Amino acid sequence: MIRVQREDFDVGAELAALTEGNPKVGGLTSFVGLVRDINAKGAGDRTVSAMTLEHYPGMTEKMLARIEAEAHERWPLEASLIIHRYGRLEPGDRIVLVATASAHRQAAFESCHFLIDWLKTKAPFWKLEDTGDGSQWVDARDSDDQAAARWAKTKPDAAE
Amino acid sequence: MKLLYFAWLKSKTGVAEEDLSPPEDVTTVAALLDWLKTRGPGHAEALADLSLVRVAVNQEYARPGDPVKPGDEIALFPPVTGG
Repeated sequence: MIRVQREDFDVGAELAALTEGNPKVGGLTSFVGLVRDINAKGAGDRTVSAMTLEHYPGMTEKMLARIEAEAHERWPLEASLIIHRYGRLEPGDRIVLVATASAHRQAAFESCHFLIDWLKTKAPFWKLEDTGDGSQWVDARDSDDQAAARWAKTKPDAAE
Repeated sequence: MKLLYFAWLKSKTGVAEEDLSPPEDVTTVAALLDWLKTRGPGHAEALADLSLVRVAVNQEYARPGDPVKPGDEIALFPPVTGG
C-alpha cells in the first residue's frame, strides 16, 4: 500500500492495521525517517529550522508502487506499506514510514531495507532545507546511490 | 508538449510548468534539452550542467536518446532526495 500525504501518521496504528487479521505474518519490520536538524552540507553551525518536501504528483505514486511491487517479487511478503509525507516539516517530524510483513524475519528485514534504499534514489521527492539564513536544495548523496546499488547485486535466498 | 520543472530547476527557470511546441527536428530528450537552453538565461543556467538534470517522459525516467513527441509530459528535475 502506498500513501503520499501532507499529514502526519501514527506508526503504531499503521503497523497494527497492516497485519491485522493475517495470522501468516510472523515478522514485521518498519523504518521511520525523521527530519534532522543538521544541514546536509554539514557546513558551519547552520542548523535546519524547517524543511519543505516537494514531489511530482502522479510519478511519485507510480514509482513507489513499482518499488513496492519489486519488493513483493523478490521476497515472500504478506503485506507492505509506504507512507511518504510532503510539504513543510520541522526537525523531529516523521517524513517516511516503510513497513514489511512476512512469515519470517529475514524477508521482512531485507525487504524493508531494500524499500527505503530504493525509494531514496528512485522516488521523485526533493528536500529544501531552511537554515535560518536562507534555504537550499539538498544535494543527492553518492552514499545513497551505493546503498541502492547493493540491492542490484544481491539476490535474497528467500526469492529463489 | 507539457514541460514540468521541479526543485531548483523550477527556481532557476522561473516556471513550474509550460506548454511548448519545439521545432519538428526535436525528437529526442537530448535535442529537447539543447533547444530548451536557448529559451532564455534562466533555462540556460538551469540546464548548464546536464549531469545534474534528470528527465522523465510521461512519468517514466528517460535517457538522452529516448524519443519525445507532441503531447508528451516531460519533467525536468535534480537527482531525488526523499526518504
